[in-house]
Amino acid sequence: MNFGAQQGPVEIATADIVAGLRGYRLPALLGWYDVKLRYRRSTLGPFWLTISMAVMIGAMALVFGQIFGQPLADFLPFLCAGLIVWGFIAAMLTEGCMSFISADYIIKELPLPLFSHILRVYFRNTLILLHNIIILPIVLLAFGKGFPLTSLLSLVGFVLVSLNLLWMALLTSVLCTRYRDMPPIISNVVQIGFYLTPIIWPPHLLPGRASLIVDLNPLAHIVAVVRDPLLGQMPTTLNWTVTFAIAIVGWAVTIVFYGSYKRRIAYWL
Amino acid sequence: MTSITLDKVIVDFPIYNSSHRSLRNALVQVATGGLIGEREDGRVVIRALDNINLSLADGDRLGIVGHNGSGKTTLLRVLSGVYHPPYGTVRVDGAVTALLNVSLGTDAEATGRENIRLRGAMLGMSARDIEKVTDEIAEFTELGNFLDVPVRAYSSGMQLRLTFAIATALRPEILLLDEWLSVGDEGFRAKAERRLNEMIESTRILVLASHSKELIARMCNRVLWLEHGRVRMDGDSATIVRSYFGASS
Repeated sequence: MNFGAQQGPVEIATADIVAGLRGYRLPALLGWYDVKLRYRRSTLGPFWLTISMAVMIGAMALVFGQIFGQPLADFLPFLCAGLIVWGFIAAMLTEGCMSFISADYIIKELPLPLFSHILRVYFRNTLILLHNIIILPIVLLAFGKGFPLTSLLSLVGFVLVSLNLLWMALLTSVLCTRYRDMPPIISNVVQIGFYLTPIIWPPHLLPGRASLIVDLNPLAHIVAVVRDPLLGQMPTTLNWTVTFAIAIVGWAVTIVFYGSYKRRIAYWL
Repeated sequence: MTSITLDKVIVDFPIYNSSHRSLRNALVQVATGGLIGEREDGRVVIRALDNINLSLADGDRLGIVGHNGSGKTTLLRVLSGVYHPPYGTVRVDGAVTALLNVSLGTDAEATGRENIRLRGAMLGMSARDIEKVTDEIAEFTELGNFLDVPVRAYSSGMQLRLTFAIATALRPEILLLDEWLSVGDEGFRAKAERRLNEMIESTRILVLASHSKELIARMCNRVLWLEHGRVRMDGDSATIVRSYFGASS
């Protein structure tokens, strides 16, 4: 360890992120225990996650399927995949921005790479996603639909989305640790994002010009690259391009920003 | 070679009261202009460490004394790498373990065995290392089947035994201790002392912050006396213990 040597922000940030990724076992273990211990004393354990998600999907399908006049056989799988994917994205944004604040006792005690705390939140929510995704094949089977081959493509989408969520969590974590007014702002943005993103409403219901809401909404593209292949649809080239571009630009900005403030984070806690 | 070198280390704590900690104010500051460049403007800064120079080598047993708030824990956190000082340089060669808060990461819902795993992993032990020490910890703590019970059901003494045993299972090159690890139970105390001594003997550099005169005199060969973040005295333990504890009592 050698502090005081002149290091640029990019160097500081990449060193921390690489060290965090190398030591992925610790955040994976912590994320695993986060889920495991939360449900330790309940019989069904983490499958309560699955059940509450399933109940929500069922209730919303009933109401919104009627409102939008959509056949349940199309609407339910759409809603199901959308809500599950959104649940993951929303949790990564709202919990992700609290990564440092909720790990303050560890940060002040152990010089772990700070990126580990972001990874912990990521692993925890990925595990929760895996519990929720079980619902989708059941819904597809119930409507006599097979498992679409394009689903494999959603894995590619998932990797791309993860890259995006990780930089978002890292960037907002730094901001939220410094400015304690940020977490409520972020949950507000996520809440609004839920309404502006085609999750409960199918995008084709939007009248002509309003489709800009979808095209200009980065979250719509991020959701699409994971959800659409699960439903047997190919995401559009625009979906892929936007998601990819946000990942590149986002990481570039985040690395410079994170590197500039990384060393101050412990003092802000 | 294990060594620690601090050169002109300064640590400032920015204090954000509720108005400074809000984004609104930063935006206002930017918007009104004129205040940019005055970095210290209206911002309360506490200088926790001021111009600390320190150099330690193999075999050094450094005690840190000083009143509450004199910078002992901050200094330990600088040495452990938690705080990156904004001014000055820190060079640490060797694997550092800091035991500042022994019960760190203890989860009441997790069993004793799971807590060994979690805490061990946080301290940087591999899965294999953890497996190796688990049996040894089980034997030392005499907790037996209790290791498979959630820590929630432990008495406070049992919890202490467990956290103590995990913390002392390591053999770091550089050990930082904030206050002595003590284990309540009379019958257990001698055993715990022996284990802690074993650990300390195997480390090359020990840094111990303590308020105990007897302990500092017994464990350390050098003492640093901090006052308001500055080094008041630095020297062999007999001299400093005499002036510090003589002066304060």
